[in-house]
Amino acid sequence: MHLRAVLLSLAIMILALPGFGQTPLIADLSEHQIQITTGFIGTDVLLFGTVDPDSHVVVVVRGPEETTTVWRKGRLAGIWVNDRRVVFERVPSFYAVRSNAPLREIASVTTRRRHGMGAEFLRLRPEEGEDVSEGEAGIFRQALIRNKQRSGLFATGGDNIAFLGGQLFRTRLHFPANVPTGFYDIEVFMLQNGRVVHAQTTPLIVRKAGLGADVFFFAHNYSALYGIIAVALAVAAGVIAAFVFRKS
Amino acid sequence: MNIYLPIAEISVNIFLLLGMGGAVGFLSGLFGVGGGFLMTPLLIFIGVTPAVAVATEANQIVASSVSGVLAHWRRGNVDFKMGFVLLIGGTMGSVFGVWLFTVLRSLGQLDLVISLCYVVFLGIVGALMFLESSRALFRRRRQTDIRRKLHQHHWLHGLPLKMRFRRSKLYISALLPILIGFLVGVLAAIMGVSGGFIMVPAMIYLLGMPTSVVVGTSLFQIIFVTATVTFLQSAQNQTVDVILALILLTGGVIGAQIGTRAGMRLRGEQLRILLALMVLGVAGKLCFDLVATPDDLFAIGAEGAY
Repeated sequence: MHLRAVLLSLAIMILALPGFGQTPLIADLSEHQIQITTGFIGTDVLLFGTVDPDSHVVVVVRGPEETTTVWRKGRLAGIWVNDRRVVFERVPSFYAVRSNAPLREIASVTTRRRHGMGAEFLRLRPEEGEDVSEGEAGIFRQALIRNKQRSGLFATGGDNIAFLGGQLFRTRLHFPANVPTGFYDIEVFMLQNGRVVHAQTTPLIVRKAGLGADVFFFAHNYSALYGIIAVALAVAAGVIAAFVFRKS
Repeated sequence: MNIYLPIAEISVNIFLLLGMGGAVGFLSGLFGVGGGFLMTPLLIFIGVTPAVAVATEANQIVASSVSGVLAHWRRGNVDFKMGFVLLIGGTMGSVFGVWLFTVLRSLGQLDLVISLCYVVFLGIVGALMFLESSRALFRRRRQTDIRRKLHQHHWLHGLPLKMRFRRSKLYISALLPILIGFLVGVLAAIMGVSGGFIMVPAMIYLLGMPTSVVVGTSLFQIIFVTATVTFLQSAQNQTVDVILALILLTGGVIGAQIGTRAGMRLRGEQLRILLALMVLGVAGKLCFDLVATPDDLFAIGAEGAY
């Protein structure tokens, strides 16, 4: 594993840094950019760093925020129909939380709420002007989290940050094939006695690359031309097919 | 080997897609149908959003119709005049259909309407085809060959704006084919089908066209209707996935050639019964999904659409 080698050399570099010990929290990613290429099936990014002895580590990953609609189905004349919707604003398109031990053991409720550690502490609020009671909003909020978890875009409850010795830590962050594109914030928290004592934010960019990126860009920026090309390609393919199989 | 589809935004095994294209192509070659009514639900089953499935399938149908119409053209089985008249209605229908599609998507009811259209149309067509072909199968021995009139005239043919269609040997009101074209155009936009399963019976039974020119003429106008749908869906909704369409049609053209050959070895009525059962099967599955209680009553809406 070359990642292990990277980690090891970085650890040595950190330990060799002048004034090591005065910087209580250092963390970095093995990559700061994820490229969604044609063969993309999801990827892992290694997060590693060092903290003061006897500290805990929590990592919160947030994708770009978006407006999300949650629909509830109801029965109408025997079939299931979308009959109620609640729009949530500023929902992280991707969210993951990692820690070196179960969150409730290492972080107080106040800390978890303040820093959004755990899906239940995400500030998911219905859109301004939504006519929805607090109880109903809660049900829709849970449904939103449940659906996001099912599609792999909310990864919670992973207490699998591993410590190497007392200070070096690392964890593998998984990004599935359907990972949304955009700018990600990866917050690394160092905790002592249930409270955050240090924090560091590292950026990560997820973007489409290669042919797929070109197709997507073209489809969204030159929509009409894209349509004409799509039709032209199909006509050409049809003519070629007819020509190839003509003799038979 | 997985491939990331840029517009559908999912990662799918390329051989699964080629296989689907091949299988549907085989069936369309076997039965002489477009296959859109099978492919669109299949795409939805593997996780492509209905919006992308419908628009991409329209793109694929352009290709299969072009290759199909060239074969019919060589045999002179295309009534171009009728094709153009159908096309007037078809273009208007597809413009209206894409508009309706956008509105339904914003209301959150697109998936429901697509499923309902499938259940209703496939149910009706499948049931009629099953009855007709099983009756034909039982009567085969009797050979009651009564010479019928060239075609039946009814009041719809007598509407204003009468036109002569030489190849179809018809002198009827142009309003009727325009109306049929319009309805099929709407279906093409909403369901991602060529509409052949509506168009062909309508041409035979409503217009009274001779069977020989029906398929070629239908294919001819389908090219333009699905091309219009592809263009409008691209321009308005950005839901056409060219990469997905190209993979599907690669499998599709090969499957269709094998299917056509296999079809020559089977009897017509048997083929139609098989097709009818398949159509009913798809309708039944979609109907079940509408009625059965979903695992989760809550779902997240398509991004941006709410």
